[in-house]
Order: sequence, then structure tokens, then C-alpha cells
Amino acid sequence: MKRMLFTLVLVLFLLTGCSSVELTVEPPPFVVDTGVDPDSWALVPEGEFLAGQAEHVTLVGYDYEIMVTDVTNAQFAAYLNEALAAGTVQLGEVEDEDGSFQAVVAYYPGDEFHGYSHEKEIAAGDWLHLNLEEPLLLIEFDGEQFTPIEGYENHPMIYITWFGADAYCSFYGGRLPTEIEWEKAARGTDNRPFPWGDEIERNNANFYSSHDLFEKLFAGLGSTTPVGFYNGSTYEDFETLDSASPYGLYDMAGNVWQWTGNVYEDTHLRYMRGGSRSEYAYNLRVWMRNSAGPDYYGPNVGFRCARDVAE
Amino acid sequence: MQAITKRFHYLFRSTKGLTLVAVALVSITTAIWGMLSGPMVEWGVKDFVVRLFNMTLIEAEREGRIIMLYHTIAMAIVAINVYFITDLVRMKEHEQSTINATVTAGYIISLIFGLWFGYFGHHFVFHGLFLFGQSLMFFGGLQLCAALWPWKPEYRISDPDRSRTKSGLDLERMAYFVMAVATLGSALFGAVTGSYWGNGHETFLAEDLIREPHKTPLQLAIIGHLHIMLTLIGVSITLTIGRWLGFRGRWHKLAMPSMIIGTIVITLGVWAVVPFEPIAHLIIYVGSVFVLLAGLFLVIFAWGQIPKDRLAELGIENASFGQKVKALLHDPLKFGATWQMVFMNFVVTFIGLFMAAKLEDIMRVWPAREERITLTGHWHVLSTIIATIMLFYFADMAGLKGKARKWFGWLIIVGSDISFAAVTAFSIKRMFLSEAAQQPFVNWTMLLADVGLALVLLVLAMFLGWRLVDLFTKDGRWSQELTESGMATGVEAASSASIPGQD
Repeated sequence: MKRMLFTLVLVLFLLTGCSSVELTVEPPPFVVDTGVDPDSWALVPEGEFLAGQAEHVTLVGYDYEIMVTDVTNAQFAAYLNEALAAGTVQLGEVEDEDGSFQAVVAYYPGDEFHGYSHEKEIAAGDWLHLNLEEPLLLIEFDGEQFTPIEGYENHPMIYITWFGADAYCSFYGGRLPTEIEWEKAARGTDNRPFPWGDEIERNNANFYSSHDLFEKLFAGLGSTTPVGFYNGSTYEDFETLDSASPYGLYDMAGNVWQWTGNVYEDTHLRYMRGGSRSEYAYNLRVWMRNSAGPDYYGPNVGFRCARDVAE
Repeated sequence: MQAITKRFHYLFRSTKGLTLVAVALVSITTAIWGMLSGPMVEWGVKDFVVRLFNMTLIEAEREGRIIMLYHTIAMAIVAINVYFITDLVRMKEHEQSTINATVTAGYIISLIFGLWFGYFGHHFVFHGLFLFGQSLMFFGGLQLCAALWPWKPEYRISDPDRSRTKSGLDLERMAYFVMAVATLGSALFGAVTGSYWGNGHETFLAEDLIREPHKTPLQLAIIGHLHIMLTLIGVSITLTIGRWLGFRGRWHKLAMPSMIIGTIVITLGVWAVVPFEPIAHLIIYVGSVFVLLAGLFLVIFAWGQIPKDRLAELGIENASFGQKVKALLHDPLKFGATWQMVFMNFVVTFIGLFMAAKLEDIMRVWPAREERITLTGHWHVLSTIIATIMLFYFADMAGLKGKARKWFGWLIIVGSDISFAAVTAFSIKRMFLSEAAQQPFVNWTMLLADVGLALVLLVLAMFLGWRLVDLFTKDGRWSQELTESGMATGVEAASSASIPGQD
């Protein structure tokens, strides 16, 4: 009898664990203007910096600019409206193993393919930018116009593929930062592991179990925080630390992984930096990497752009 | 004074005492350092422990610290395996005592100074002593190989029920010998690479390099090293469990050649990973089949022999199927050691093979961090399963009997298997759950994993507590065990003489 009871409890535990989650966008606990302008750019001057965990002295021999924040839902919605009108992206049906879905797609010229071990061919053609049927997408499309979901306008754009991020930056004359550019912008010229310094506190960034005000949303999955949230302000009772990088960039650790622009030989993978709200703190160190195919999209991946400095 | 001396003799000269010390040190290390990761971070326990012990945790050194920690625990585990071997396999008394003394000094020095260097300050002397301890372990390994040398005439066997060559070469002894030689070579494989640290080699965790299309020879060597060392620990404990269970007969005759061939092939496959990476995996797979078959033969034998022995004890002839199953489950320690080998296939081997076969379709479409979780889950489960198998043997060795034996055995089986199943389910969740829908599943699997693990640690703590209290008893079990070992009188008795199947 006791064994039966134990088995029953165990099975119940597992069944509860497998129960489905209703995936609908909930309104944020509060809407806040962080005071950080998502349209602003920071200048990163040419020069050496310490790259990677082993602190290799590395030269970035040119000035460049990089966005102070991740691209927001409002910015991306506005872009989609412009790009759709300009014809650089199209609406289309995309097939995957679960069926087809409505999506934003655009042409990509393809990568050189060497057939290396585990390398997948990224051929020229239309590639997925955005799955419009993703339940937790924070942008709406009414058939004509894209608009950010109310309350999430200044949250980072998520569920965006590398193709989509790359196309956004190109549309405005920029590009995705290379990994080296990204890291220098996050770290500055000393050997700090986090953009703001040597230690990480719960109110430095949005990471796993950092107890921010958005953590309870979506059945405990949590949500992104608005860009520039960790700027030293206090929101209701939640006090943040000013966590800007040496060049004044926000959210270079946590919130969302950020696509970078390198296309490496012998792999189709694209790399991300910065950690996300679903990662333990050690994954927010500036040299940590993540990777996925360029058509991957998820709730923890966003991006920001870089651009050359005009002569 | 005599009381202290006797206890010292027990703890540092008898196999049971030495194993008890090593198990206790590993348990303490695991208990403290286990509080620095996973949910302990979320619950704020990590911060408390760091403050309590005044640890110095520099962010850039995390990977290096973890590598030190792995090595200190691994050294203790290897030492325990050596104690088992020197106790079970015939060798001269002086060989047993010098080998045990060398590895004991080696792992304790490694453990103390490795952890000190990694977590409490970086004095170079500590690192030097950490390496010195490992060197002693290596030296102990060389002595072990010499002691195990299977071609000595006095170790030839004639028992027709045990695996041997026509000339009487004991193939079980040969399997131990091959494992020991392979371990030394594989230790060098890592050590030589480690010696390039700061000179072309940088600290890394293997799971962080999984998607690098081009790995350096030094990186490949380290990846090979960590895989083969765990494999060889698995081979060693499988042979030991066979000895414990009196493995003999036709399955033994099949298993030992298979284990020898498998060990050699896997080891060569791993060593080949540097020059011949493209075919190294194929060689490793071939070797793995032989090793897995040897394990399977042991389980087939054990699941036939355990009920047979129990039914004979009860005087039951022509037992029904139900009686046979009951007899199989009667002793959770012996059953548990072999059950964990079977369970390992469900949570490690089959899953691992499936994922490897579907690498491009499953794991490589996930972000690297997801693949990393799968690999680290796989890795932790495998190590812990081996640890539980060692614990079953040690609990039997320590004389756990009656209800305590049953509770200990079953709680470890149930607790660990719940934990392993939960960790496995957690690590492969992306196959059936999207990131957005995962949270309830994550919460429950993590809870089950923690509950299972806590159960195992609690039972282990009670077991160690029992032995600790016993040490303070004047004529406790320790005293009896000391007498049995011959250390009390200075006369070494072959404790292995009581092991069925010992030639």
C-alpha cells in the first residue's frame, strides 16, 4: 500500500510537471520609462583591449559606434512597417516539422559552404526573420501594420532570427557587431568580467533568479526587462544599480543574448554574447558565448547594431 | 595514546578504514562545494557558504576552480578503487601496504592543497603540492601495475570456472592490469597537456568547446583525458563488483576477454583523438561495445546468482518466478550495484547514443547552452551512478546488516534513480517542450532531482555518522575490523579470502 501511494505521488509529480502552459502575453507588472534612449549610440574608440577570459591583448584598429541598448519591440515594429513598404522583407508561409506558419522572410545571399563536420549549408534564398504566429511575440500584426504590444514597447525585441537581426541593422546602414567589437564595447580596456565591474549583484542585471519585477510573468518563465532598466533608478520598491559598460551601454549582461555578426568558416553557427535572463550569473561574463543556427529564434535572444563612424 | 594509535591504524592502514576516510572526505567536499552551484545559488546558500569559509571566488577563475575541484574528488575516487583492488586481488602484503600508503598520501595532499589553491588563495606552493599529490597517485599507480603483473607464475590459476588462458593466465587479473596501465597512460595524456598551461594551453571546460569547428590538439587531448578517466573508473568498479559477487562460470569467461579488448580499444581510440580525430569516435564506439557487453554479462550472471544464493539460504527448491524476483530484491546492496548498471543505460547510454545519432536534427538546432545542459547532465549522472555503485560495495564491506542495510540500499536506489531520471528529463526537455512552455516542467524536475539527491546525501550522512560514533566506541566495529585486517597484530590477513571466487 505504502509503495503504491509512493508511486502514485511520484506519477502525480511528473504529470503535473508535464501539464501544459497557456502561452499568452500578459501585461507587464508596470510600464516604465527608464530614461535611456534606445535610439542613442555610443562611440567605441580604436585601440587595444583585453579579449576573452585569458585576457589576450587585442587591437580593434578603428572607431565604431554601437547602440546603447538592445533593439526594442517598438523599433523593430517600426522597421517592419518601413521594410515591408520598401520591399526588403516579405510576408510568407514557412514550413517546419510542426506545419506551416505565417512569417516575415527575406532573401539572404547564402554562406560559403565547405561541407565540414556538422556544418549545414546556408544557401541563397528566402530565410525566416520572424514567426508571426509565435504566441509570446511582443509585436502584433493586423494584416497591414506592425505594432508593439502595449507595455512592452521598450523591451528588447525577441524571437528574432539572425537573418532578421542582420537585415534590421543593414536596413539602417549598420551591421551586427562582430564578437570582438561586442566584447570591447562591453568590457572597455580593463579586465573586468562584467560590464560594470568585478562582481554581480541581483540588481545589476536580469538573469536567472535575479528576483526582478518581471520574473513571475508567463507562468514563472519570466520576461525581459525594459532596455536600460538597470541604470541606478528605483522602480516601485526595486532598486537597481547603474550597470552601464565603460562606454555607457546598457544590458550588455543579461536580459537577452545578442546576436553578433561573424560568419565563420566551416560552421553555419552564429554566435551570441551577453547571457540572458534565463542564465546563471556566470554566463553573463563578457567572454561567454552561445551559438545557434541563423534561423533559430527564442524568448531569450535579441540584438543590437553597430556601425562604422562616418569620416 | 594506544587508543589513538589503534584508531590511526584502522583509519590509515586497513582497507575498510582507508575507504571510510576517503568516502568521508569526498562527502564533506561534495556537501560544501555542492552548495556553490545550482539551486543553492538561487536560495542564497552559496553566498552564505562563501562568507562562512572566507572563500575567494574570482569570476575569471571559475573554470580553473572547477577543474581543481574535479581533480581533487577524482583523486579520492581513484584511491578508493585502488583500495578495493589491493584488497581483492592477490598481491604481496608489502605491495598492498606501500600502494595504499602512496595513494593515500597522494589523494589527501591533492585534495587539501588543490582546494586551498582553488578556493582560498593562490600561493604557488599550494599548487605545487596539488601536483605533488597527483604525482604520488601516479607513482602509486605504477606500483599497482607492478603488483598486478599477471604473468607472475604464482598468480596463474587453474580454476576451470574462471576466465583464463590455456597457460593459466588469470584474465580477470589481466583486466585489472590493463585498466591500471590504461589509467596511467591516460593520466599522462592529461598531465602533459596540462604542463602546457600558460604556454599555448588555456583553461577551459570541455562543454564550452562543443561547437568549435576546429579544436587545438591540446584541447582534444583534454577532452579525451576526461572521458577516458571516467570510463576507466567505470571499468575498475565493474571488475570489483564482479569480484564481490563471485563472478565466475561461462559469463565470466566471456566477460573478461571482452573487458580487456574493450578497455584497450577505447583507450587507444581516445589517445587517437589528437592525431586521428575523424576516426577516433568510431574506434571508441567499437571498444564501448566490448566494455558494455562485459558489464551485461556480469549483470546476467548476478541476476541469476543472487536469487540462487538466497533461495538456497532459504532452502527453497523449484522456486516460482515471484519467489525468484523476491530473492533477487532481497539484498538491495548487491541488487543495487547491478541495477544501477542497467539503469545507467536508460539515463545515460541509450540517451547518449540517441542524441549522438540525432545530433544534427536535435541538439545542433538548439542553442549551444541547451546542448551544454544535456552534456553536463549526462556527465553528472554517469559520475554519480558510479559513486552509488561504489557506495553499495562499501556499505557491504562496512558490515551494514539487517534493516539498516535494506533502508540504506533501497533509499539510495530510489533517491538516486529519481534524481537521475529527473536530471535526464530536464536535460532533454527541448525535445518535447519549447523554451516558452518549459517552466513548470523545469520546476518539477529540479525539485525531484534535488529531493532524490538530498535523500542519498541524508542516508550517506547517517551511515557516516554511524561509523563516526562507532569510532568513539572503545570496542566498536572498527576494532573488530582492525583485528580482522590483521593490522592490530601486525599480521595481514587476506580479507579477499572471504570473497567468493577468489582463486
